[in-house]
Amino acid sequence: MKARQKRMLFVGLAVVGVGLAASLALSALKSNIAYFFSPAQVQAGENPSDAVFRLGGLVVEDTLKRQEDGLTVRFDVTDNAATIPVSYTGILPDLFGEGQGVVAKGRLGADGTFYAQEVLAKHDESYMPPEVADTLQTAHAKGVAEAATPTQQPARTMTQ
Amino acid sequence: MIPELGNFALILALMLALVQAAFPLAGSLSGNRPWMRMGRPLAYGQLTFIAVAFVALTQAFLTSDFSVLYVAQNSNSLLPEIYKFSAVWGGHEGSLLLWVLFLAGWGAAVAALSRDLPLPVIARVLSVQGMIATGFLLFMLLTSNPFERLFPVPAEGRDLNPLLQDPGLAVHPPMLYMGYVGFSVAFAFAIAALIGGRLDAAWARWSRPWTTVAWVFLTIGIALGSWWAYYELGWGGWWFWDPVENASLMPWLIGTALLHSLAVTEKRGAFKSWTVLLAIFAFSLSLLGTFLVRSGVLTSVHAFATDPERGLFVLLFLCVVIGGSLALYAWRAPEVSEGGRFDLLSRESSLLANNLLFSAFTVLVLFGTLAPLIYEAFNWGKISVGFPWFNKMFLALSPFLALLLGIGPAARWKHDEPLRLLRLLWLALALSVVVLAATAARPALSEGHPWVPVGLALAAWVLLSHLTIVRDRLKNKGGWRALTADLRGNGRSFYGMITAHAGVAVFIVGVTMVSNFQLEEDVRMSPGSSYELAGYRFELIGVEKSKGPNYNADRGHFKVYRGERQIADLHPEKRSYLGGGMPMTEAAIDAGLLRDIYVSLGEPVGGGDWALRLYYKPYVRWIWLGAVLMAIGGLLAVSDPRYRTARARAAAPVGGATARA
Repeated sequence: MKARQKRMLFVGLAVVGVGLAASLALSALKSNIAYFFSPAQVQAGENPSDAVFRLGGLVVEDTLKRQEDGLTVRFDVTDNAATIPVSYTGILPDLFGEGQGVVAKGRLGADGTFYAQEVLAKHDESYMPPEVADTLQTAHAKGVAEAATPTQQPARTMTQ
Repeated sequence: MIPELGNFALILALMLALVQAAFPLAGSLSGNRPWMRMGRPLAYGQLTFIAVAFVALTQAFLTSDFSVLYVAQNSNSLLPEIYKFSAVWGGHEGSLLLWVLFLAGWGAAVAALSRDLPLPVIARVLSVQGMIATGFLLFMLLTSNPFERLFPVPAEGRDLNPLLQDPGLAVHPPMLYMGYVGFSVAFAFAIAALIGGRLDAAWARWSRPWTTVAWVFLTIGIALGSWWAYYELGWGGWWFWDPVENASLMPWLIGTALLHSLAVTEKRGAFKSWTVLLAIFAFSLSLLGTFLVRSGVLTSVHAFATDPERGLFVLLFLCVVIGGSLALYAWRAPEVSEGGRFDLLSRESSLLANNLLFSAFTVLVLFGTLAPLIYEAFNWGKISVGFPWFNKMFLALSPFLALLLGIGPAARWKHDEPLRLLRLLWLALALSVVVLAATAARPALSEGHPWVPVGLALAAWVLLSHLTIVRDRLKNKGGWRALTADLRGNGRSFYGMITAHAGVAVFIVGVTMVSNFQLEEDVRMSPGSSYELAGYRFELIGVEKSKGPNYNADRGHFKVYRGERQIADLHPEKRSYLGGGMPMTEAAIDAGLLRDIYVSLGEPVGGGDWALRLYYKPYVRWIWLGAVLMAIGGLLAVSDPRYRTARARAAAPVGGATARA
């Protein structure tokens, strides 16, 4: 009986310990995750105003400009539905370029500019971050659907 | 013609693998000895055919045969010879071929070196290896054949990703794969033991050296990867908690737990089911790592372009392996008797605690790595887990591991007295407290860095307690003079452990110092100007054009001064590769035992000025030095003559722990 009680105590302690550790890990996770938003979502105001988040899309051609100090760059990021200006101070990763997919981490300023703390690098020219690929597809699909509906409706009325 | 030969060799290897998966196992169950004896020659045959395929692919690279799609994608006629060779495993298909080659190599090594193992055991082990090889060969032939042809034949190849044109990366993947695949041997031994229903000390003794060797390779592979990321990516970091890095860390963590658990199973006959479970998970996590890297389901800074179809295959394979082995475990493990009772204060307990801490950390890393997938699956949004979270988890667990590390090896098996341990370790403990107090009292070391005194004291504790343990062992043998004799005799696995644990202490010092005292600055500099960082003055002499074999570069020249004395000339480069026009930052580093000075070029910002990044990295080398010590420790342990004599003994009916159990 005594050995059995001891074992039950052990199991109980283990369960409590694991539970405690899991809840600590989860609560720490809450403050350390960065959600991803596309430019269209940011334009619609879906992003958090007080937290760091990730913005992804394509760098618009001919928008990459270097500021006076030489270290700050500004460029526009688009998902083909909306465009958000981005400002970043520091050295850009090697494969950063206009027309390329990009994911940046930072906050949205009051002026509507996204101030990036970090621009994620990639290791392969043909690599596209999955989130960016997703948003481009949805924006593209939406555009196609919107473009398609007006032409489809008259067609339907005609057959009726 | 030769690529077709390679393809044919792969198909033959698959046929052999199928036979190897079925017949020796069937023979071992029905007692058919000729079938069991088929295992060894089949393993050799498989190695031969996969080696033929590998040589064929290498030949295609060396002769720049761009009619082979994989060669055209990953090579270029301008590529230096040495990188034409390492480009063989520079992409997905080739690295898979390398993986399978190593798998066959490990299988053949088991077949050749386990002459004294009972025939049914070796037959089952080789059959399990055959099953794994079947899965991977099918994967390769169905979704990623390296010998696929390309028509029309392009005049020039796309070039090897410039990041991979580096000696560090030529060796890093092979080491990592040797480690990953090496755990397949521990896995095969575990499955074979489950099938046979006999998990005993002999089984642990057989699989222990194999596991250790695999662990050594993985340790070196991860350290090389970290070192490569540090100097080649130009960001100066040594670990990013990136999914791809985590993928290699998880098998290492579980592998480390497995090493320690195997020690208990061999010496005391305890923890048997647990050890089997760890062996299953170590290999499963290796497979999961492959899945994460190859499927592209996670956003990773290391991600290369991937193909979801491949991910699906690996995922299915993973389900079969994990599901199958766990089902077997659930079916057979209850029949395995548990042995070796032990008290709360004993070496078994501390090794159990070690296992729990390592497993807990693995679970946390796994959770943090998969959290984006979990969130996405539940439609909670697209997230990424920041590295501060991983750091927090690491900091929450590792101090306990370090504390335990000083006690475990000093404790006796089965039962120990608290007073005896205290008498043995009081000096080490007192000196560590002195280190803690001394560093905490120095504002330069502790102000704003509360972890620095803790880290340094823990490192001192690990080191000093191990010195005490060595002294205690030698006390009865005639003091420190007996060290060399002991090393030559049966003490190697003991000193292996001491060396590896000393590596942990060195690693702790490196991590503590570099994470708290590194400095980093993005600056704009014009030729002739200077910038001061951490007491070092960086003078930019100029940036000029230069030409490499397959790239053009802007090559900077820096002089670094400490006070008035010049201590280094640094030449960072910004390269543009001719093959794809891909830019590459080549950092310049002045390495030292106590600090690295690191410069990488950003881009020209007009008027001859450059944006660039300067780093000061104290004690960063200690991180890799620690890993090297761990690896040396592992090798020392494997070289213990005990394993050779043990093998001879293993042939005889096994007594010892089994009888006691």
